[in-house]
Amino acid sequence: MRLEPRATPSKVMMFASPLIALAITVALGTLLFVALGKDPLRGLSVFFYEPVKSVYALTELGVKATPLILIALGLAVCFRANVWNIGAEGQLLLGAIAGGGMALLAGPQTGKWILVAVLIAGVLGGMAWASLTALMRDRFHANEILVSLMLVYVAEMLLAYLVYGPWRDPKGFNFPQTQMFVPGTQVPILVPGSRLHIGFLLALVAVAAVWAYMFRTLGGFRILVGGLAPRAASYAGFSERRALWTALLLSGGMAGLAGALEAAGPLGQLTPYVSPGYGFTAIIVAFVGRLHPVGVLFGGLLLSMFVIGGELSQSRLGLPKSLTAVFQGLLLFTLLACDTFIRYRLVFARQRAWTA
Amino acid sequence: MADTKERTPQSPAPDPAAREHARLAMRGIRKVYPSVVANDGVDLTVMPGELHAVLGENGAGKSTLMKIIYGAVRPDAGTMHWNGEPVQLRSPNDARALGIAMVYQHFSLFESLTVAQNIALGLDRSLSLANITARVVTKAKEYGLDLEPERPVHTLSVGERQRVEVMRALLTEPRLLILDEPTSVLTPQAIEKLFETLRQLAHGGCSVLYISHKLDEIRALCERCTVLRAGRVTGVVDPRQQSTAGLSRLMIGAEPPRIERPRSDRGVVAVRVSGLTLPKQDEFGVDLDRVNLEVRRGEIVGIAGVSGNGQAELLDALAGEDRRAPSDAIALFGESVGTLGANARRERGLHFVPEERLGRGAVPSLSLADNILLTRRASGIVRRLGWIDTQRTQTMAAGIIERFNVKAGGSGAAARSLSGGNLQKFIVGREIDATPKALIVAQPTWGVDVGAAAQIHTALLALRASGCAVLVVSEDLEELFTLTDRLYVIAAGRLSPSVETAGATAERIGEWMSGLWQSSAEASSNAA
Amino acid sequence: MDSVALLLAASMNAGTVLAIAALGLLINEKAGVVNLGAEGMMLIAAIAGFATAVHTGNDWLAFLAGAMAAALLAAVFGFLVIWLDTNQYATGLALSIFGAGLSAFAGIGYVREKLPARGLHSIPGLADIPFIGPALFKHHPMVYLCIALTIAIAWFLYRSRPGLVLRSVGESPESAHALGLPVRWIRFAAVIVGGALCGLAGAYVSVIYTPLWVEGMTAGKGWIALALTTFATWRPARVLVGAYLFGGVTMLQFHLQAIGVQVASQLLTMLPYIATIVVLALISRRPHWIRANMPASLGRPFHPSH
Repeated sequence: MRLEPRATPSKVMMFASPLIALAITVALGTLLFVALGKDPLRGLSVFFYEPVKSVYALTELGVKATPLILIALGLAVCFRANVWNIGAEGQLLLGAIAGGGMALLAGPQTGKWILVAVLIAGVLGGMAWASLTALMRDRFHANEILVSLMLVYVAEMLLAYLVYGPWRDPKGFNFPQTQMFVPGTQVPILVPGSRLHIGFLLALVAVAAVWAYMFRTLGGFRILVGGLAPRAASYAGFSERRALWTALLLSGGMAGLAGALEAAGPLGQLTPYVSPGYGFTAIIVAFVGRLHPVGVLFGGLLLSMFVIGGELSQSRLGLPKSLTAVFQGLLLFTLLACDTFIRYRLVFARQRAWTA
Repeated sequence: MADTKERTPQSPAPDPAAREHARLAMRGIRKVYPSVVANDGVDLTVMPGELHAVLGENGAGKSTLMKIIYGAVRPDAGTMHWNGEPVQLRSPNDARALGIAMVYQHFSLFESLTVAQNIALGLDRSLSLANITARVVTKAKEYGLDLEPERPVHTLSVGERQRVEVMRALLTEPRLLILDEPTSVLTPQAIEKLFETLRQLAHGGCSVLYISHKLDEIRALCERCTVLRAGRVTGVVDPRQQSTAGLSRLMIGAEPPRIERPRSDRGVVAVRVSGLTLPKQDEFGVDLDRVNLEVRRGEIVGIAGVSGNGQAELLDALAGEDRRAPSDAIALFGESVGTLGANARRERGLHFVPEERLGRGAVPSLSLADNILLTRRASGIVRRLGWIDTQRTQTMAAGIIERFNVKAGGSGAAARSLSGGNLQKFIVGREIDATPKALIVAQPTWGVDVGAAAQIHTALLALRASGCAVLVVSEDLEELFTLTDRLYVIAAGRLSPSVETAGATAERIGEWMSGLWQSSAEASSNAA
Repeated sequence: MDSVALLLAASMNAGTVLAIAALGLLINEKAGVVNLGAEGMMLIAAIAGFATAVHTGNDWLAFLAGAMAAALLAAVFGFLVIWLDTNQYATGLALSIFGAGLSAFAGIGYVREKLPARGLHSIPGLADIPFIGPALFKHHPMVYLCIALTIAIAWFLYRSRPGLVLRSVGESPESAHALGLPVRWIRFAAVIVGGALCGLAGAYVSVIYTPLWVEGMTAGKGWIALALTTFATWRPARVLVGAYLFGGVTMLQFHLQAIGVQVASQLLTMLPYIATIVVLALISRRPHWIRANMPASLGRPFHPSH
């Protein structure tokens, strides 16, 4: 048995790969449930049925998918540009801090415009954080993977410092949290009685916008070429620096927007636990979505199921929430392995002896 | 399988005894890759001490056959006999154990390691570096090869690097030495030196398999020649008794295509480089040193030289990918453009075809239509807000495919799905289609089949006739002599004065390729 | 005076964790493979080592368990990137996410367990020298072993034939393949050894360094170790020195708190991460230099049919 390169990449495997990977992950998950002495059917239903069984469940799916889609859209552009921004979690936190800070400035009398200001602050916060990575890479050639990741830890500490320190709610019984934001800053709800907010619509618009940008404009083309063939980009006269900054500012802004939406939406205040690792999960969303905006939409919904499934398995099955991360890691592993067969095919070796 | 093979009258009848006495006998070798049949029923017999050539044009299956003999690729069918015994090779280690050594076209050297370390890695036995150094010195004396074992490879010239490769092979005391296109990067003098070594080796009983597509070299060195075309053997001949036309017929199935040279008048200076000095950007690069160059409208100017002597650096500076040059060091129709980027220079009529087709001249995974966008953005395919007119890019790509006779699955075909020759036709076509005022082409026909090469040469000559200034950078002296009006030579980052091609000889250009023009040419350059 | 000696000692101890992991990653990278999963492997090793120590009470068994657990993960990573030709960065990230999740999942029952503090090994004679003694010669044996390991790896890479082969694979896998060297197996071996060393470092964290289990307890040490190989321009001795320096930065925050500097603890905790960024920027600002030292095929996949 060996791998042989295909003459052209397989279109079928391109789409089938995520599905096969999902199937393998589910199979491994079933084994894990059995090994833990849990009913595998109940386990699977927590992940794949409960999140879609009712309108309310669906709205929750959308709530969690919103930040995942927004962040993963930016990451898809980044990864296609061959800019390995893995610090989206930090950019999200800065978006939440900036947006939250803006929201804290609002009083009961502040007008509706404050929400726009909150979201813009979030975008700028995320961009600012991402621009640190861009600066380090551009000016000093420092590896963007390590820099962006280190900045996640710094962002976590910064958020912790603020909510334990200067921004702590004086009436909050010493809990590390800010005051609840005034109602005027609340992101409008889409479905009454649920937590699904207009951020989900923003995410859908972003899918279309990023698609058009990537595949129909010269700006997107510059970035694609820069990632696919850097020497061709230089030959064409596309600036590598410009692609780096564009990709990082775009993805930082998207992550920052997601952070501000989280803070001003479902949370309504800042705590050290703004994000259950959306920035990292979004990396998987981007890959599952084939770095394609439409794929990212589906990937975001799928990984949102994983997040909800993890929370439910804690409350229903008494399993730790970290189950989500286990499954996410497994999914990415199997996906990468399956993606091999886009470029290669498996050849079962006839005994390739020397025959006359 | 054997009886379906076409045989030419010249080929001697297969001799049953030959297999027993032969050093190497390959029979009915077949190897199929996903998109191509590389070898189809190939027979090859090499006698002890024989200098045997394998001739064929690019893509004829020579390299695949050599890799099979060296154990790096396994055939789908066929047999191999070594000194009369049937053998099956699983890896290059098996081949080396038999006494087969290989010098690849692309050197398998390690830049950061020393000569001795590089050689040590090619030997199966674990010898101390001191021991290896001693052996290298002995062998070097025996064959008159000049090598310093302690030098890191990245400081060596291409010719010296090949000596390392040959030395590595010699230290295994081979009974069969395979050389794959060994002269493509050597000066004529270095080629003669290599041939001396090979003759000495053959005299000592080692068989030599010499892979090439250069007819005169094969005639100068080899006693017997197996010719391949499209994966099949088309003849086994004594090359010394064959005419160029005869060998060419065997190799490409036709006479070499004749290239018309339309009349052209030299016009004003289009590209002028004056005193360009640029320190290298890359650790393993070359410093450009006071380069002076002039290309006029209506002429084709060539730059000869062994690769790695500053060609890449000079081209980057000319094309605008390297913008560190002082503004007035490079002028385009009198305008200083040294600090302008690639696109700005393109807008002023200077187009460029780089050496690397996949990954530079074209993005491998993108369609031909998308690849139009790399260099043709000035032609109205980008609308307001950077919106791309995909209809226009497709029409343009289809037009180029048609005009330059590119074999491709339409404008939507990925660049990497094209053969080397067709992709080169597309890239050259894309630039010519822009009606450039000046065109720079690096290695226009490297690795391209003869038919495509002729088409590209014809297109460049037509461009010259239309008044475009053309600069061709090539390692292939033969190509430069057929194509150019005037020649420069580049060596160690310096450019020679130019000579009219009509008055130049290969010997003189060869000497200059080693940087030896100062003494002979200083006087004439003052006159020019 | 004493507190400075203690700071030095603590820096060496903290640096040992980083050094062992970074030496493992150095071997990976010398063969041309970047494993971004270091953090995940260290976490898995931390819980494997901790659990083994709790159940057996034997530290060395715990180290072994940690090294083996991480080597197992490294084998999965190696299979994917070497034989299935997957992207090294993405696969390493998958390993990090998976390792963090699985360790948290597996460690849920060990959150309240504690290991007794370990005695330190004093080198007779030397340990009694004032200042220098407590700073340099009163450590867990692993600290000394780490120094020996550095020397051994330097010798292996630059003085032995297998080391030369390893470097040649990292320099140009295509050339190594053309010479008949088993490129994939050599890379795989490097990945396994690298993983085992990351595992050793991870187990040292949970068994000796802070003898307890907390989710995500390596707190980015795997990532800092990755940065260290660049910082050290892929030289073993510089890895060790760099690791001690970073250990010093980590310890400085506690030292500053201890001497009563009035800065919020969260801001002090940022120090090692910010230091990593600053150091990366300083060392990388001359790309020539990095490129001249970096294994030329670093991060590039190799498929023998190409």
